[in-house]
Amino acid sequence: MIEVLYFAWVRERIGLPREKVETNAATPRDLVAELSAREERYAMAFADLSALRVALDQDLSDFDAPLAGVREVAFFPPMTGG
Amino acid sequence: MTVRVQSAPFDFGVEGTAFAAGLPSGAIVTFTGLVRDPGGLVAMEIEHYPGMTERAIAGMVADATTRWSLDGALVIHRHGRLAPGEPIMMVATAARHRAEAFQAAEFLMDYLKSRAPFWKKEIGADGAAWVAARDADEDALNRW
Repeated sequence: MIEVLYFAWVRERIGLPREKVETNAATPRDLVAELSAREERYAMAFADLSALRVALDQDLSDFDAPLAGVREVAFFPPMTGG
Repeated sequence: MTVRVQSAPFDFGVEGTAFAAGLPSGAIVTFTGLVRDPGGLVAMEIEHYPGMTERAIAGMVADATTRWSLDGALVIHRHGRLAPGEPIMMVATAARHRAEAFQAAEFLMDYLKSRAPFWKKEIGADGAAWVAARDADEDALNRW
């Protein structure tokens, strides 16, 4: 079981800020594929991964990093702080 | 070194004075970012990732202290709904001489723009739109 968080327009497209997901996905890319196959709203949110960023346990990471041992995955658009 | 992530407004004059008090530094640099109104802006909504935000900013500040000899650093960044003209964030750095204080402040600003998990949404009279990240902000990181 992994905690998945969504922010900004990713959250809006998927329609919820966080959920628990039962998955054996090896990487965030695999997890995205699983979710996208599940429902259209995920496919829409994840249509272009180059427009997205991923954090693993609150550290910025990449879509091919291993998910083994990770408790929290977050998907969001490029950050606009400052 | 102080990092504050908050919804409450702040007074950058008061914060800057409090930051400088008691420091042995010869140079204090402060930067304050305000909600800019390009015309017709009703509000700015800033979303963030609680936990990661504090962690990411603390990492940037720690990085800055290894690159420059700083007597102190302060980062305040707000989230929630802000009105045009309100302060969004501030950075203050203190060092013996101005070059280090300026560079450290610019470094922190560049990283806050693209590596701190905040997302801005502009609320106008006719609707709302997420602010897109700028390539120039990403490119700015390459100089460090």
